[in-house]
Amino acid sequence: MKPAPFEYVAPRSLDEALDALSHADEGTKVLAGGQSLIPLLNMRLASPKRLVDLGRVKQLTYIAERDGGYTIGAMTRQSALERDDRVSRDVPLLAEAIRWVGHPQIRNRGTIGGSIAHGDPAAELPAVAVCLDARLTIKGPRGTRTLPARDLYLGYLATTLAPDEILTDVWFPKATPGTGYAWLEFARRHGDYAIAGVGVAITLDADSRASTARDPGRIAEARIVVTGVDGVPVRASAAESLLAGAPVTDRHQVQPAALSASVDALRSAIDPATDVQATAEYRRHLAGVLLERALPVACQRAHLTPSPSGRGLG
Amino acid sequence: MRAVSRVAISLTVNGQPHRRSVEPRLLLTDFLRHELGLTGTHVGCEHGVCGACTVLLDDEPVRACLMLAVQANECAITTVEGLAPSSDQLHPLQEAFWEAHGLQCGFCTPGILISMVALLRENPRPTDEEIRTGLAGNLCRCTGYQNIVKAVRLAADRLADAPGLPLSRARERMSAKPIFAPRSGAGGEG
Amino acid sequence: MTTRGIGAPIKRNEDPRLLRGLGSFVDDVEPPGCLHAAILRGPYGHARIRSIDASRAREMPGVHAVYTAADLGPLNQPAPLVVPHPSLTHGRTQRPLAVDKVVFIGEAVAMVVADSRYLAEDAIEQIDVDWEPLPAIVDFTQAAEPGRPLVHDDVPENVAARFTQVVGDPDSAFAQAAHIFRERLHVERSCGSPIEARGVVAVYDRRQGSLQVWDSTQAPLTIKNGLAAMLGLPELKVEVIAPDVGGGFGTKILMFFPEEVLVPWAAMQLGRPVKWTEDRREHFISASQERGQLHETEIAVDAEGRILGIRDSLIHDSGAYTPYGMVTPLITATQLPGPYKVPNYRSEITVVYTNTVSVTPYRGAGRPHACFVMERMIDRIARELDLEPNEVRRRNFVQPEDMPWDVGLPFQDGAPTRYDSGDYPAGLALAEQMIDLPAFRAQQAEARKAGRYLGIGFAAYVEGTGIGPYEGAHVRIDPSGNVFCATGVTSQGQGHETSFAQIVASELGCDPSDVTVVTGDTARFGWGAGTYASRALVTAGNAIQVASAKVREKVVSLAARLLEVNPDDVELVDGTARVAGAPDRALTLGALATAANPIRYAYDKSAAEAALRLVKPRAGAVLEPGEEPGLEARGYFAPERATWASGQHAAIVEVDPATGDLEILRYVAVHDCGTLVNPVIVEGQMHGGIAQGIGGAFYERLIYDETGQLVNASFMDFLLPTAMEIPALEVGHLETPSPLNPLGVKGAGEAGSIPVPALFAEAIEDALQPLGVRIAEMPLSPTRLWELIHELPGPS
Repeated sequence: MKPAPFEYVAPRSLDEALDALSHADEGTKVLAGGQSLIPLLNMRLASPKRLVDLGRVKQLTYIAERDGGYTIGAMTRQSALERDDRVSRDVPLLAEAIRWVGHPQIRNRGTIGGSIAHGDPAAELPAVAVCLDARLTIKGPRGTRTLPARDLYLGYLATTLAPDEILTDVWFPKATPGTGYAWLEFARRHGDYAIAGVGVAITLDADSRASTARDPGRIAEARIVVTGVDGVPVRASAAESLLAGAPVTDRHQVQPAALSASVDALRSAIDPATDVQATAEYRRHLAGVLLERALPVACQRAHLTPSPSGRGLG
Repeated sequence: MRAVSRVAISLTVNGQPHRRSVEPRLLLTDFLRHELGLTGTHVGCEHGVCGACTVLLDDEPVRACLMLAVQANECAITTVEGLAPSSDQLHPLQEAFWEAHGLQCGFCTPGILISMVALLRENPRPTDEEIRTGLAGNLCRCTGYQNIVKAVRLAADRLADAPGLPLSRARERMSAKPIFAPRSGAGGEG
Repeated sequence: MTTRGIGAPIKRNEDPRLLRGLGSFVDDVEPPGCLHAAILRGPYGHARIRSIDASRAREMPGVHAVYTAADLGPLNQPAPLVVPHPSLTHGRTQRPLAVDKVVFIGEAVAMVVADSRYLAEDAIEQIDVDWEPLPAIVDFTQAAEPGRPLVHDDVPENVAARFTQVVGDPDSAFAQAAHIFRERLHVERSCGSPIEARGVVAVYDRRQGSLQVWDSTQAPLTIKNGLAAMLGLPELKVEVIAPDVGGGFGTKILMFFPEEVLVPWAAMQLGRPVKWTEDRREHFISASQERGQLHETEIAVDAEGRILGIRDSLIHDSGAYTPYGMVTPLITATQLPGPYKVPNYRSEITVVYTNTVSVTPYRGAGRPHACFVMERMIDRIARELDLEPNEVRRRNFVQPEDMPWDVGLPFQDGAPTRYDSGDYPAGLALAEQMIDLPAFRAQQAEARKAGRYLGIGFAAYVEGTGIGPYEGAHVRIDPSGNVFCATGVTSQGQGHETSFAQIVASELGCDPSDVTVVTGDTARFGWGAGTYASRALVTAGNAIQVASAKVREKVVSLAARLLEVNPDDVELVDGTARVAGAPDRALTLGALATAANPIRYAYDKSAAEAALRLVKPRAGAVLEPGEEPGLEARGYFAPERATWASGQHAAIVEVDPATGDLEILRYVAVHDCGTLVNPVIVEGQMHGGIAQGIGGAFYERLIYDETGQLVNASFMDFLLPTAMEIPALEVGHLETPSPLNPLGVKGAGEAGSIPVPALFAEAIEDALQPLGVRIAEMPLSPTRLWELIHELPGPS
C-alpha cells in the first residue's frame, strides 16, 4: 500500500503556502498532520497530484490569548494542546475530548487545524469546535474570512473550504463561570473513532452557583453536540432548549421529565448510519444513553466552579 | 513555489546524520528500512493502527508509516536500533522484556519498546492501568499483553530505583525550540 | 545435568536479537539487485474476466514484467489438494493466476515485477481488465440451497463434501431419552491476522541452477518439495528458509499460496531476485480465514442430565476453495464431544463453497466451534434441569480412571480419537477455586440488587495435539563446545530456540544458551512436515531428545575411552564429561568434539592441545567400521496418535445493558499440557490464545456484503483487541504427562483460543439471566448484545 506519485511543495511561510495553493483545484491537497490523509494516500483512496505540506510553516503553530479565549494556530499539534495548562484550565471540553483522539502517537503528529478541516463526523475536535461555537479563520486568494465552526461542515467529509484556501487558526472561548463541561464517547476499543459521542456544556443559573449542594438550582443554558451519528457533528438544539430552565437535583441529576424529553429530542434530531461497527438504531439509542450519563458529570462540574475565574473538574 | 520531483532531506537517525534525495511519496518506514537498512522498525498495516512502525521523532513516538520521509527533514529520529547503549549491553527496558518474556515472535516488539520508552519518560511510575492505556496504540497478536505489562512494570520499578539510567538516545533537535509553553509534570530528558 | 533444562523457566535464546531489532523477517531480506512484485487482485467476489490488457503497464518506467495466466503456461495448475479425504469429492484449489473468472475478492489475476513496490503498484493501476460481475453467494448457510449462484460451475449446489459419521446407536438413545434439547448455533468468520503479513523472496542462480527462497511459511519443506516438482528443479537445488516469522496462527501454512509459486518462477524468468511483501489489505483479502459454521444440534439426556446421545449437523464455510481439504470441520466433528462421555453420536458435515476468501485452519482449527456447541448444550441442560452448569459437567466428564477413552471416530491424522490422560474434574475444581465461585455468587446477588449485571462462565475442552506423521532433528557438538540442533519444524514466536535447547541441554548436561537451534531451513534439515496443529514440541521435541540421547551415548563412550573409565562412571555436567566422584578428571564437550574428528589439522590452541594430548597412538584405521566422526546424530519421532491436552477456563464479566458493552473482570485458565519444558513459554502461549479467543468472541468479525466485498478489510474496521480490551489473565497448571511420548509432553499452542467463545456465552447468559437473554452465536458485539437484550432481529 504505497501512495501514487505526487508533486510536493514545502512552503516555509503562510504567504508561500497561499501562493502554492493559488489556482489549486481538487487535485491539490494540504498536508497538515497527515494522520487522516496519509492512510488515504497509502490505500490509494486519495491520489492528489500535488501535496502542499504545511509542516514547515512555523507561524501556524501557537496558542495566544485573545478576545476572552485562545486563538490556536492550525498546525499546533494535538499533543501540545493536551499538555498545555491554559487549555486544561480554560477550555476544559477541548482538554477532555482531546485525550480520546486516537493514541499519543497519533496526537504527536495530528494538528487541530487538520482535524477540524478534515471534518470526520466521528472525530472529537470538529465536534468540540461546534459545541463551543469556535471561530475559524480561513485565508485564500479571495482574502480572509472567519466563520463559526458549525458553518464549515456541509456533509460527510465535505466542508466549505475551497481547494485554494487554508484554515489558519481556531479561536475557542474560555470556559464561562458556572459552566461545567463533559465529553463522553463510546468506542469499541480505546482510541477508535467513536460509535457515538456527546459533548455537553451546562451553565447553571446565577442563583444556583451561589447555592450549596442542598439547593442545586436550574440549568440556564445547555449546549449539546453529538458525533458519529450523522454526516456532520450535530448541535442538538431542540434537546438543548428542553433543558433550559430544568431543575437539577442535589445528586446533579436533571429532573427526569426534562431529561427524558431532551433525550427523545436528541434521538429524533440525528440521522445515524448503519456500518460495520453498529446499526443506526443502536447509535440512536446510544447517543441518548451518552447524554444521560454526561449530564450529571457536567452538572457536578458546573456546581464546582466557585467564581468567574475558577475552573471545573476537567 | 515550484514543486520538485526529488527532495533533498537531512536528518539524524540514532545520532547519525544522513543526507539523501528522495521521492516525496517515500514513506518514512521504507526510508528507514530500505534506504538506511535499519530493518528493526517493522511494517504491519500502513494505515496507522498496529504501531509496529513506531519511532521517536524529536523524542515523541509517532507512526512512521503515516509520515513521508520528506516530513522528517531536519528532525532527529530514534529507532529500536538506537536503544541499546552498545552491542553487548541492552537498554533497561529491553532487559526487562527479556526477563519477563515480554515478546514471542518479536514483530511488534520494536514499536512497543519505543512507545514504552516514551511512556516511562513521561510517567516514570505508571500504574498497570496507565501502562495498558499507553500500550493501546500498539497491537500484539502473540502475547495477550500480559507479559508486556509485566515487563514495563519491571523496567519502571528498576528505573525508579536507578534514575541515572538513560531512557533514550535522541540527539539535539536541529529545528528551533517550540514556541508554546513547555509541558509540565514529570519527565524531561531521561 | 543442568538446572536450566527441561522444566526451567529460563529466558529465551532468541530474545536479544529480536529486542535489538536485528531479527530477520522476510521483508528484511534484500538481495542485491532485488526487484519487487505487486499483485493485481480481483475487485469482485465473483466476476468473469473478459479480457486483460497489460500493454500500458508493461511500458511504464521501472517495470520489468507483467504476467497474466496466459504467460504462465503449464505452471498455472491448480495447487495440490493438501490433506485429501474420500468425502471431499469436489475439492477445488486455486491456480497461481485466475484464468476465466475470479471467485473471491482478492484472487490473484496478474503480477507486476518492477524496480520498487511503489512503481509496481503504479503499474497495477494501469492494467485494464474487462470485468463482467456475476451474482455471488456469500451466506454459507444458504449456499447449498437450490437456485443459488455456483462458485464453481462444476460443483453442484456448492457442496464440496458431505460426510456422516456414527458412533453407537444415536436414534435408540434419543428414543429412550428423558429429555431432548435442540439448538441452532452459528459461528461467524474471523482470521488469524498476524502482525507480520506474508512475504516471499526468491533468488535463482542461473549458473548453479539453484533456487533459494525465503518464505514466511510454517512448512518450508512442503514448499521446497513442491517448488522443485513444479519448477522442474532437483530437490537438491531448492532451498526454502522460513526466517523469523511474525506470527503464523495457521494462516501461513498452505501449498501453495499463488505468490509462493509466482515469485520463484519470476526470479527464474528474469534472472533477478524478486521480492513480494504482502500489505495489510492484501492479507485480509488473500490470506486465509476461518470460523464460519452453522450447527443444528440435538442432545438426549437422562433425568439426571447425563448425555445419552448427540446428533449434530454442521455446515462449514470453506470460502472459494479447499486448499487445506476439510480438516477444520473434521476436527470440529471429532472434538465436539469434548471432555464428556458421549456414547452415541451422529455427525453430519456439509462443506460448502462461497464467494469469499478461502478457509483454512486458524488457531483452534474447528475446536472453538466444537467447544462452543458442546458447552452451549451443557448450559441448556443445566438451565432446563435447574442445575449448575458445572454439576452437569461433572456428571458427564470422562474420568481419569476411564483413560484411555475412545470417542469412536478417527481423528484428523487417521488414528483413533482416543484420550490418553487427563484429569478434567480436578482441572474444573481448580478453576472454581481460583475464581472462587461461591464468593462470586454472593457478589453477584449484591450486584443485582444494585442494578448491575455480573455473570460467570466456565468452559471445558480437550485438544488433540502432537499428531504425526513425524519430525526429526540433527544434533551436533562443535569443537567450540556449542551444540547445534536443527529440525524441520518452524517458529513463529513459540520459543523453539529455547525449549528445544532445553531438551538438548537436559540430555547433554550443557547450558541451553550454548545450544543453537535452527528451525525452518530446508538446507539444514530436510525431513518433516512443519509447525501446525500444536505438534512442534511433541514431535520435534521428542525427535531432538532421541538425537541428543544418541549424541550423549557417543560423548560418554568417547569420554570413557579417553579418561580410561567405565562408561557408567561418566557424568555430563556443566558442559563437560567427568568422572563421577572425581570432578577434576573432566573433558569439555568441545574438546571431545575435536577429539572425535581425527583430522590432523588444528585450527586453534585448544584444538592443537586436543590433537596432541587426546589422540593416542593406535594401530589400524582411525574410524572403526560403523563408527562416524564427530559427535552428532539424527533422531526421529513418529507418534502413534494424538496426545490429548485439556483445560478449563472461567471468566467473570459485567454487562451494561444500556450499551451492550461488556467488561471482563477476571479471567482464569487452567491448562494441562503434560510435562512443561518451559513453563513461562507455555503460559505465554496460553495468554496469546486467550487474547485471540477474546477477540473472536467480542471484537473480530469479517463482514462481506452480498456481492462478496470484504467490507472491513483493515485494522480500523477489523478489531484486534488491544491491551485495554484484554484483562489480566490468571493461569493455573495441571500436569498429566502424556504416556505416548518419552518426554511426556502435549501440545499447547492453540489451547487458549478454544474455550473462549463458549465461556463468554455462558457468562453473558449468567449475567443477563434476569433479562432472559440466550446466546446462540459468535462473535458478539455491543450492538448485537443490545439487540438480543431488546429482542430485536439481528443480521442473520
